[in-house]
Amino acid sequence: MSTPDAVTTTPGVSGRPPGAATLTWIHLKYQFLETVRVPIAVLGNLLFPALAMFFFVVPQPTVAGDPVAATMAVASLGLFAICSASLFTYGLGVAEDRALPFDPFLRSLPAGPAPRMIARILNGGIFSLFGLVPLILIGWLFTAASVTWSQLLAGVGTVLLVSVPFVLLGIAIGYSLSAKAALPVVQVILFPLAFLGGLFVPPFLFPDWLNTISEATPTRAGRDLMIQALTGEPAYGLAWVVLLGWTVVFAALAVWAYRRDEGRRFR
Amino acid sequence: MTSQQADAAEGARGEPSTPSLSSQAAPRTALVSVQHVTRRFGDVVALDDVTLEVGAGELVGLLGPNGAGKSTLLSLVSGQRKPDTGVVRLFGGDPRDASSRQGLGLTPQETGLPATLKVREVVDFVGKHYANPVPTGELLEQFGLSELAGRQTGAMSGGQKRRLAVALSLVGRPRVVLLDEPTTGLDVGARQALWAAIREYHANGGTVLLTSHYLEEVQALAQRVVVIDQGVVKADDTLDAILRRVGLRRVVVRSTADLGTDLPGVVRSERTPDGPAARTAGAPDAVGGTAAAGAAGSAGSAGSAGGWRYELFTADADELVRTLVTSGLPFHGLEIRGASLEEAFEQMVARAPAGTAPPGARPGATTAPGGAPTPTGATPSGTLDRRTSEEESAR
Repeated sequence: MSTPDAVTTTPGVSGRPPGAATLTWIHLKYQFLETVRVPIAVLGNLLFPALAMFFFVVPQPTVAGDPVAATMAVASLGLFAICSASLFTYGLGVAEDRALPFDPFLRSLPAGPAPRMIARILNGGIFSLFGLVPLILIGWLFTAASVTWSQLLAGVGTVLLVSVPFVLLGIAIGYSLSAKAALPVVQVILFPLAFLGGLFVPPFLFPDWLNTISEATPTRAGRDLMIQALTGEPAYGLAWVVLLGWTVVFAALAVWAYRRDEGRRFR
Repeated sequence: MTSQQADAAEGARGEPSTPSLSSQAAPRTALVSVQHVTRRFGDVVALDDVTLEVGAGELVGLLGPNGAGKSTLLSLVSGQRKPDTGVVRLFGGDPRDASSRQGLGLTPQETGLPATLKVREVVDFVGKHYANPVPTGELLEQFGLSELAGRQTGAMSGGQKRRLAVALSLVGRPRVVLLDEPTTGLDVGARQALWAAIREYHANGGTVLLTSHYLEEVQALAQRVVVIDQGVVKADDTLDAILRRVGLRRVVVRSTADLGTDLPGVVRSERTPDGPAARTAGAPDAVGGTAAAGAAGSAGSAGSAGGWRYELFTADADELVRTLVTSGLPFHGLEIRGASLEEAFEQMVARAPAGTAPPGARPGATTAPGGAPTPTGATPSGTLDRRTSEEESAR
């Protein structure tokens, strides 16, 4: 180790501190780098929806052969993949991050919670898009699903918007619970939400009372909005309101959980 | 924010390196201010009505055993935690506001570096949070990490990680640096080099708040020492005053005879066999540890053929030597010196085991606010519980 150079570590702040956009960008960049350096995590996101397509959609001629049904199946699976990726990645990922000793250090850097959280949401979108690529390819090559380019673009845009409340819910869970507790909680939340939202069973099979409940869930709102974007079949009137409402609720929960969190807690 | 910075910067120039006692420090120049702060974790009181101010240009050593509350105190100053009661201020603002932390640097725990990021990337990433960061290449050069720039942090050795951790604390040209155990696990050379970096930073007007288990480290770096134990500030003074306050001198003397138990003014004594082997083994700790004052003479006859090496702690070395001389007992190799910080520290945080330290040797006890003993902390088992809970929550 060389003799310390007096010039470099002279204290004193001059110039303006970096703005929110810069901070968000660097957090986005390094979170992305951290994730892609563990390729299996990225591959998992790619493989799961693709495998589900091969197991549940492609072998069923009634679904795979019908353009609208096949498109809806791709949309539902895509949404499920995004919900599960968001909840697991953020619910578990954040809880695990919090247990790492680097987390308190990051929280002590002169950046508020916003850059980190926004970067997480954006990364959530980026990795969701990765996950959609094989899904779209399989839908295109192996089923009758068909969309125009503009519909595809609208669908992808909708997916990104729909993923926001789920990422926020994941963050709220991650900052509230330990990693061990987050796993079952995510499972308990994800599967009922997916079922109620009509991602496993099409909602037209639901009785009226169940349909009413279904329309209040973020998954149903997201599903119908995606189908609207991909096939033109209109979503129910309150879909945007429901989605936005849950986004606000989950954002508030996420911020509350973050502010309350002080690293791992012990009793 | 800018006016506060200007204020503080003025303070930094005004009194560059005068160590000031907390009682004298004017609140206006305090960069770090902790006022009557209490923080609990469940039933455990990690900090109990702690008040501490650090002025511009000070180098303060925070000293205390594991679980004393040092890390909790730093986490309050860095805005990671909120006090239950009391007020923490950093550059006059709330440390929980990100803007208050623009002038703060701190070390991550070495085990906490993101393993998949490269060294250069971690420095870039942290530096970009600050207005005027040290260029990454320059900082790596200064800390001897240039060759490792392209390596993932997971592949670094412990010592390299420590160096990177200290480098990260300085990348933003901070005005206050919190160093939590900065040289734990380093060999002597690496430690000396990091000390040099810390001294350099301080010499340029930086303010340092440093915790350490290494008493030697605090003694080597700090001008002001805050001894904290069981969540309470036991002493807060200049290094010299802390050493003086203990008022003990260490007298080492070798003798083939039993020096007896009633030497005047001796508050603590250690006796080790004085063979060549024992001498090369060095520290009495390695041989037998601390013996209470009365124990030294009781086993006098055993193994005294090669003589004994006595280590005696007394407030009045002159009187002790006079007694030794007039007693006519044979002795040789007399050494007298002031107590080291380690010895001062041992006296200050001495636990209840009665008889080892008279009340006068624990000056810190009188400064404990209110003097109220904490209910759980007093027993050894309580101390142990608290230690694990704080260490884990600090991770």
